[in-house]
Amino acid sequence: MSFELFVFYLFAAIMLFAAFRVITVRNPVHAALFLVLAFASSSALWLLLEAEFLAITLILVYVGAVLVLFLFVVMMLDINLTPLREGFIRYLPVAVLIAIVMVAQMVMVLGPQRFGLDQMPAPPRQPATYSNTEELGLLLYTEYLYPFEIAALILLVAIIAAIALTMRKRPETKYQNPGEQVTVKKQERLRIVKMDSE
Amino acid sequence: MEHITTYWQALPPNLQLLLFNVGKVLAVMVPLMLSVAYLTYAERKIIGFMQVRMGPSRVGPKGLLQPIADGVKLMFKEVILPANANRFMFYLAPVLALGPALAAWAVIPFNEVAVIADLDAGLLYVLALTSMAVYGVIIAGWASNSKYAFLGAMRSAAQIVAYEIAMGFALVGVLMASGSLNLGKIVLAQQGGLLNWFWLPLFPLFMVYLISGVAETNRAPFDVAEGESEIVAGFHVEYSGIAFALFFLAEYANIIMIAALTAVMFTGGWLSPFTGVLPAGVFQWPVIGYLLGDGVHWFLLKTASFIFIFLWLRATFPRYRYDQIMRLGWKVFIPVTIIWLSVEGVAAYYRIGPWFD
Repeated sequence: MSFELFVFYLFAAIMLFAAFRVITVRNPVHAALFLVLAFASSSALWLLLEAEFLAITLILVYVGAVLVLFLFVVMMLDINLTPLREGFIRYLPVAVLIAIVMVAQMVMVLGPQRFGLDQMPAPPRQPATYSNTEELGLLLYTEYLYPFEIAALILLVAIIAAIALTMRKRPETKYQNPGEQVTVKKQERLRIVKMDSE
Repeated sequence: MEHITTYWQALPPNLQLLLFNVGKVLAVMVPLMLSVAYLTYAERKIIGFMQVRMGPSRVGPKGLLQPIADGVKLMFKEVILPANANRFMFYLAPVLALGPALAAWAVIPFNEVAVIADLDAGLLYVLALTSMAVYGVIIAGWASNSKYAFLGAMRSAAQIVAYEIAMGFALVGVLMASGSLNLGKIVLAQQGGLLNWFWLPLFPLFMVYLISGVAETNRAPFDVAEGESEIVAGFHVEYSGIAFALFFLAEYANIIMIAALTAVMFTGGWLSPFTGVLPAGVFQWPVIGYLLGDGVHWFLLKTASFIFIFLWLRATFPRYRYDQIMRLGWKVFIPVTIIWLSVEGVAAYYRIGPWFD
């Protein structure tokens, strides 16, 4: 077994273990942290595929921002876990059935008939000067320019919509205007009273 | 010497590569840890002088052995695990805080050849690792099973996420100007003396990056995560002994790293400010020419001056209120960076600006 293969199996095993623990651990904070581990190991797998841009972006976006906010919320939740676990046995048959259907679908779509090595040969090894980031940038801004811009626009609309949905002025909230605060002059706040010492 | 070469050649090539790389890592890490130790001394001395007092002066000549005494003291103290704390997470947190701070040094170029890993996506790597640093803080706050620690962790998480965006945008400006994500190439794009460095054309981004850097490292005036007057010591209130020392090391290693990154991105890394200012003949003089020309010493000098700014800020400003921090991050810095990015886009389209000569 070559070293590369060893690294692949190592990270794949860690990733499967972490993904399994995400749904089986009792503590939601631990579940979120196992999700971090799963993302980190999948990013390592992407590095093995010479896709360093995607690998680093996965860490930057998901581990560095999205999951931090996840953890933020999960840590502040005060949930009683026992009611959530009730009915585990009762729903188990349905869950197993759905899981089997999903696995079967994935095997049929992604199996060796369509994605086998005879259908899709392994891409050639790139030279050391090859820059994955540059190639992605070139493709995104030439061939896929319109889909890229449309996706960006949709994301922008989503951001504005999310802000508009959550932003409501509540009358009881007190606001401060820093612009007004810094223009305050001494005469408006301070009154010096001359008086004799007692 | 010949003996060593023959021994070296007798080693298998994989082992040679491993030893070579470990050597490179040690060559950066050992001076870095020493500078971290002496940065604590420098900080206490400098702030001491700013406040007209002596600072540490008892241990060794002029107090120079103070950091070593502190380190030895912390090493021999007991690490106390709070009741009902999560043992694994509690011990993992300091490691997670220090790890990214050290790992990011892999891509920092000291000069044209002296860099551990010459990554093409170096800037992204740095961003990814600085965003990982928040995990140490969050996990420490959560695993301590303490309200103060938890409050500190929550504040820190919100603050780091907010300022990371402004920081990322500021760096987008740098990569637009240099046309590369490789830190070495970013420095080379600034060639040609003081006025060709990116701090001038990207001045708003430079300011945003420097201030966000202070906020990212949880330093005064943005140190609400520690806030000793409100929440004792924030996320590391339950840590003692060497576990606390790791958090301390992480904070100072982060300061040095942010300062080094500012030096690389905005003030031309190892480049000399006198190129193009002094006549070319000056650089041929024996010793002075070397000192005035490009070299590692310029990088170290620039990094040191940015570190000094960190200490200066701490001695000067009172702590920000939490809502003011959030306002500054979201409502001031992000709009400023976006506006300057569009200005830069127009400048790049019409090929104006000092970096297109």
